[in-house]
Amino acid sequence: MAVELLERVGELLGDAVIDSHARLGDATVLVDAGRIQEVLGALRDSDLRFNVLMDLTAVDYLGRNPRFEVVYHLASVDTEPHGTDPARLPHRLRVKAGVLEDPCEIGSATSLYVSADWMEREVWDLYGIVFKGHPDLKRILLYEQFEGHPLRKDYPKERRQPLIGPLN
Amino acid sequence: MTEKLEILRQGRDSFLTTKIDAVVNWGRKYSFFLYPFVTACCGMEFMSAAGPRYDLDRFGAALPRFSPRQADLLMVVGTISHRQAPILKKVYDQMAEPKWTVAFGACTCSGGPYNNYATVQGIDTIVPVDIYIPGCPPRPEAVIDGLVKLQQRVQATPGWNKPHHKEIEDLSLPIIEKPLP
Amino acid sequence: MVTAKKLEPGGKSDLHTDHQILNMGPSHPATHGTVKIVLEIDGEQIVDMEVMVGYLHRGFEKECESGTWYQAIPYTDRLNYNSAILANLSFCMAVEKLLEIELPHRCLWVRTLAGELSRMGDHLTRLGAACLELGAMTPFLYGIEARELVWDLQEMLCGARVTANYIRIGGLQRQVPEGFEDRMAQSLMRIEQLLVDFDKLVTANRIFVDRFRRTGMIPAQRLIEYGVTGPLLRAAGIPLDLRKAEPYLVYDQLDFDVPVGTIGDNYDRFLVCQEELAQSIRIIRQCLPVLRKTRGEPVDVDDPKIRWPAKDRVFGRMEELIQQFKGVTEGVKVPAGEAYSAIESANGELGFYIVSDGTGKPYKVRCRAPSFMNVAPLREMMLGGMLADIVPTFDMINMIGGECDR
Repeated sequence: MAVELLERVGELLGDAVIDSHARLGDATVLVDAGRIQEVLGALRDSDLRFNVLMDLTAVDYLGRNPRFEVVYHLASVDTEPHGTDPARLPHRLRVKAGVLEDPCEIGSATSLYVSADWMEREVWDLYGIVFKGHPDLKRILLYEQFEGHPLRKDYPKERRQPLIGPLN
Repeated sequence: MTEKLEILRQGRDSFLTTKIDAVVNWGRKYSFFLYPFVTACCGMEFMSAAGPRYDLDRFGAALPRFSPRQADLLMVVGTISHRQAPILKKVYDQMAEPKWTVAFGACTCSGGPYNNYATVQGIDTIVPVDIYIPGCPPRPEAVIDGLVKLQQRVQATPGWNKPHHKEIEDLSLPIIEKPLP
Repeated sequence: MVTAKKLEPGGKSDLHTDHQILNMGPSHPATHGTVKIVLEIDGEQIVDMEVMVGYLHRGFEKECESGTWYQAIPYTDRLNYNSAILANLSFCMAVEKLLEIELPHRCLWVRTLAGELSRMGDHLTRLGAACLELGAMTPFLYGIEARELVWDLQEMLCGARVTANYIRIGGLQRQVPEGFEDRMAQSLMRIEQLLVDFDKLVTANRIFVDRFRRTGMIPAQRLIEYGVTGPLLRAAGIPLDLRKAEPYLVYDQLDFDVPVGTIGDNYDRFLVCQEELAQSIRIIRQCLPVLRKTRGEPVDVDDPKIRWPAKDRVFGRMEELIQQFKGVTEGVKVPAGEAYSAIESANGELGFYIVSDGTGKPYKVRCRAPSFMNVAPLREMMLGGMLADIVPTFDMINMIGGECDR
């Protein structure tokens, strides 16, 4: 099923797709980061109807180029009511896009999915990836005074930045 | 029997002598007004401890006060992150003397399973603590044990009208404007 | 935030009508997580608000990356501490997906039962706490009493009341103890009684209905756009339940219904949760005979590289001792790759996206937390509403700090 989905996604996105695989049944495409908004828009509005952005995160592959990978998990949820039958979840797709260390930025998906708002703020907070076009990109889980981005692999785990009290 | 009633009627036997410390502390230890500073998992066990089966009310510590001004027992229940720490300090400072603090759960005692950039390694780095209740989260029995130990401690506190937290001044460090590198 | 409205000269009202900025939280009795809500209110009406989360950010991902795969399981407990087993389950299923292993038949049934038990604990807390925060102490006590029974059973299963740490990669922490099924059957009857009492106390209570009916409403389409799942979405009429949509474990062999609401207000959410409790009991009742029948069958995969051998063999034989030693010190070697696996938790889709680099330690453990996604639309639900409506809405969203902020 994932393979057929990938074929359709490949037709839809054309040369924006750099790589794709369906390992473990998770359909995955690696796309051109510069065209991410176009890609997500096409996936949302086509007949594949990926109407939910389930998850958005990033992975720091320190030492690899591009260093970061932003990972989108899309799902297609059947919103039509059909009596007492439970809604189906016809398909899921993982979209990945590589982000360089400098400039560490990618287009924002907030204009396409409202749910991207908080998740992009979280990725900015923890990984320091700038989402261009985000209306209010600020820290969400940590505080404004915090310096650096803790989930980067080069941030030491126990480096604390307390607001009050001793450096414990 | 009638003789006893007669004594009572005349008020001859209706007083006792004690130290003022003892009687004030006796009153205090059975009427804690606690401020539950609930942040995380331990809050679930705190609910259980206050619930019907374990019933903290038996120890006179059931009525939560959600204004620090009205509370004399600060129960810090759950992990304190560095973002939360100034708030905890503020709540503690707002409480009127006499006041006691209970560190409820491993995270408040020492940081517990969390030792990273976000978490405070024990609330005793921010506020003075009277009783530590270990456990992740502590069972309600442990909470009751901690509370009884606190009562013993309160009973033994000398100087009923003196602030007993001398170490507050030592601990009240200035708020760091810019985080250290 | 908009600045306060200027009073028009010669306006009809000479009352002071400036907007007021109000802080709710981060230590507020009605926010049973730790959240700060900055409100701009016009009298009692909410003009604008900002929800600030993150007060319980404990570095879940960083902690997971620093330990072995096994050492990450206790941290998943502390995500959604109301339903710890479900978080264990989701994480272990993601790792098992990478390992590509088949689990024993009995393990699947026990996991289903344990998961439903955990879901019951979560819903009972949610319903009880909602009543408490509206000022009704008694229904809360009924909820807590029922939850104690659930936790007793959970304790019997895994030795812990809250943070269960029960599911293991490729199996379970231990076998189901003797007499568990009988005790479970008894407790379920008592829980059902308590639920009836709870229902009588609350569901038709005028004050309760007035505070829940038609508050916190939002169109179902907006919920989809916000990525909201779970009871919130179902209350709005979309019957999405991963147990039916993408059946995992043994849910395709079980008979249960997915309750849905009509208009998606707080009252619908409340009723959906109540019905889900009944459905969980129904599922557990179907699991019990299978558990009785398969008693004695293994619950762990037979692969010492993944699930180390039972303790009696470890202490008696050399080879098993070495296997245990290697398992504990080096951890499970998960093949390099990435996987996403999601289950229906009490709050919605709880997914884990994990990346392995082939060593014994996780390279990345991302939790797709339903609470985080569900809190985001709070602002839109409350705009134009009354200040007091925040409390029931926030209760029904059931934001769990540990899961939302990770």
